[in-house]
Amino acid sequence: MLNGDISNVPLQNLIEKMNLENLTPDVDINKIELTMPDINRPALQLAGFMKDFDRNRIQIIGNVEHSYLKAQEDGVERMKNFLKTGIPCVVFCRNIEVEDEIIAAATEAQVALLRTSKTTSSFMAEVIRWMNVQLAPAMTIHGVLVDVYGEGVLITGESGIGKSEAALELIKRGHRLVSDDVVEIRKVSDDTLIGMSPEMTRHFIELRGIGIIDVKTLFGIESVKNTQQIDLVINLEEWDRDREYDRMGLEEHYVNYLGNNIVCHNIPIRPGRNLAIICESAAVNCRQKKMGYNAAKALYDRAMANINKSQE
Amino acid sequence: MVQKKMAIDITADLDRRPIAKLVQEASKFESTVYFEYKDKKVNAKSIMGMMTFISIMNRATAANDLIDVIVNGSDEEEAMKSIEAFFA
Repeated sequence: MLNGDISNVPLQNLIEKMNLENLTPDVDINKIELTMPDINRPALQLAGFMKDFDRNRIQIIGNVEHSYLKAQEDGVERMKNFLKTGIPCVVFCRNIEVEDEIIAAATEAQVALLRTSKTTSSFMAEVIRWMNVQLAPAMTIHGVLVDVYGEGVLITGESGIGKSEAALELIKRGHRLVSDDVVEIRKVSDDTLIGMSPEMTRHFIELRGIGIIDVKTLFGIESVKNTQQIDLVINLEEWDRDREYDRMGLEEHYVNYLGNNIVCHNIPIRPGRNLAIICESAAVNCRQKKMGYNAAKALYDRAMANINKSQE
Repeated sequence: MVQKKMAIDITADLDRRPIAKLVQEASKFESTVYFEYKDKKVNAKSIMGMMTFISIMNRATAANDLIDVIVNGSDEEEAMKSIEAFFA
């Protein structure tokens, strides 16, 4: 499977998401794209120190930079020069008043000036978090993603092995579908993968012999979800007599997506095995392990304690 | 594993039937069949996968862009031939 393709974020998306006011309506914002999740507060640059300046970052001006510029005789001039450095946009926080002269200069340099009522630090934190998600490495996986008891369970396996059927039964048991067949995953941090559905097939399931069904309209809004962290992978495979399957669960097996390891269970399929109940049990068991209790280890400890006792 | 670059011509109409036919064709074989374009790789045996693939192709491709067809398994040669015949 392919991994790690990163695409840019159109500035328009940031404006809509953060509800920013565009002070330069004459700048063609459709042409501006953001390429990195980092931001810069340009205090040093406005003071004239340009070494190591990263022009691709979102520039954020808060109270401090603003009052510094006001205190300088050539403040407006400095800002004008700064706008010519090839930056994508400047965001003013706390609804700072921006001089007409600066807006005109920005329009000429085709740099978007934006404004928010938020305080600088909280706006920065929000932008970095959101941009990291938008610019995260992504890939698509053939599988079904379901939220089971709050755990994101990704069911994988060959075509026709029964992934969608398992998902449907899980939905009927009160769990939520995220995506059937095609799951887009994004690595938002070194230990978090987020899964979602391509818009095209969102909330639809394909069942062999019936066709496409729309889960959202059939079973209601409580049966679907748009995004979900992936906590666990269940790989369905045909029962193979010669293969050993995990009987204790003392050791965790992992599968690697985009450099992150996710716990993976290989579940052999045989007629009469109830997949939904197996998925449910795997999900709660995974959750219990996260909360600090491991049933396999508890059984093992109990057995060892008994052996030690009988030896005394 | 066999891999081939192909021009596909089902982006022109969004009629589900040719896609369904293609999925059926791919499903006849034991081998896994994947279609790949840029960062998208989908299972050709899956209707949902192919619908997504087609919608991406419609948005992103120039008319003469090629896609990768990747077939892997015991009957991969036959499967590849049949996919090629489908787009011929």
